[in-house]
Amino acid sequence: MSSLHTVFVLAIAFVAVFWESAFSGVRHLLGAQIELLPSLMVYAALCTNLTTVTLLAVLGGLWFDSLSANPLGVSMLPLFLVGLAIHVKRDLMVRNQAFAQAALGAAASLAAPLLTMLLLLTKRQTPLIGWGTLWQLVVMAAGGAVATPICFELFGWLDRTLVHPRAEQSSFRPDREIRRGR
Amino acid sequence: MLRRSHYIALGLVVLLTLVTLNLPNQTSARLKVGIGSVFLPLFGLAGSSRLAASEAGDTVMSRKELLKELDAFRQENRQLRIQRMQAEEAARENERLRRLLGWQQQAPWKVKLARVVLREPSNWWRTVQIDLGSRDGVQVNQPVLTADGLVGRISSVSLTRSQVLLLGDPGCKVAARVENATHDSGVVGASGPLNSEFVEMGYLTGSANLKPGQLVRTSGNGGIFPPNIPIGTIVDSQSVDYGLATVARVKLAANLNALQEVWVVFP
Repeated sequence: MSSLHTVFVLAIAFVAVFWESAFSGVRHLLGAQIELLPSLMVYAALCTNLTTVTLLAVLGGLWFDSLSANPLGVSMLPLFLVGLAIHVKRDLMVRNQAFAQAALGAAASLAAPLLTMLLLLTKRQTPLIGWGTLWQLVVMAAGGAVATPICFELFGWLDRTLVHPRAEQSSFRPDREIRRGR
Repeated sequence: MLRRSHYIALGLVVLLTLVTLNLPNQTSARLKVGIGSVFLPLFGLAGSSRLAASEAGDTVMSRKELLKELDAFRQENRQLRIQRMQAEEAARENERLRRLLGWQQQAPWKVKLARVVLREPSNWWRTVQIDLGSRDGVQVNQPVLTADGLVGRISSVSLTRSQVLLLGDPGCKVAARVENATHDSGVVGASGPLNSEFVEMGYLTGSANLKPGQLVRTSGNGGIFPPNIPIGTIVDSQSVDYGLATVARVKLAANLNALQEVWVVFP
């Protein structure tokens, strides 16, 4: 785990938030926009440290809210709670399996917007909620399920391409060397 | 199990959330604009990629098709010129009659073209961002429309961009009037989360005489939207509150899903 990892995660979160706002093809096709931050949070929670999870929740949430009509700061806590829940239990999760990644992505993409809506309602805001919201949540969960394994692949590729591999320790131990003499 | 570091991080995020959510409105809006400005380099990138895509489309368009389009535009231009002459004559007559009756003169709208640069990333609001800001003289609550009809109103302004609350967003309510014999008036409000083509028109009386296809226009009440801007047409209506009130479904005249360019109305 290097600080470069944190930079990668934050840079991709930045581009992802802009993509969600600039390109709305999925919304035209399916009636809901896919959120990519929960998928990134799943990756960050499973493969990086708590600092990265916190930074992603705070910066990602603030970036998202700055381009949205959300009150500033409302997306931070839901993202962090999702990330923390996964981070705490990460030793019990099979993070290398694509199916597990997809299931976690779907769950995170479902939980984060629900928690955000709860916060909005607590703040006496009136978001557009109705029966159609159920379909939107299904689309978001499906989108998260697809996006999360892609996130893992992308970061794996970035890791292999840009991060210098750590030197593996040799099994040879000089103190166990058998010196043969005459 | 949660460790000490987890509690510290959770505490920090909760504190930060509480602080940002309870900031005064003006400070929060300024902070939002400041944070949103970090995306400025990406705006340029997205704009130039769109331009490149449209230029690539231009190069593959055939000369025959271009000539055909040019011919159609020339014909439309001739028709519009005649319509403008008629409209100018009607405006002169209107002005003359108003002067005779001593009515207040109506100031013509001034409009400015804006390009839609971003859309709402979340699914529970209806907003877009346009490339006109306070340096272009845009102010909060200015109406925004297309050639087809009303789109919404400006909700926040930064130096180079403004956020437009679209019709159908719970925060964008418009006083409206139905073009029928009884001139029933009501308020156009929110739509469903999925269907952005339709909005609900409430606060209509129980005796409202609504029929599908009747036009709905702004009434001018409320002071934000000028009167007579087309909003849409009535699709259906139903009695609510034991027949005391009526709620109608209105199909919007402007296609909010395909907004590329809009006009901001200046007072």
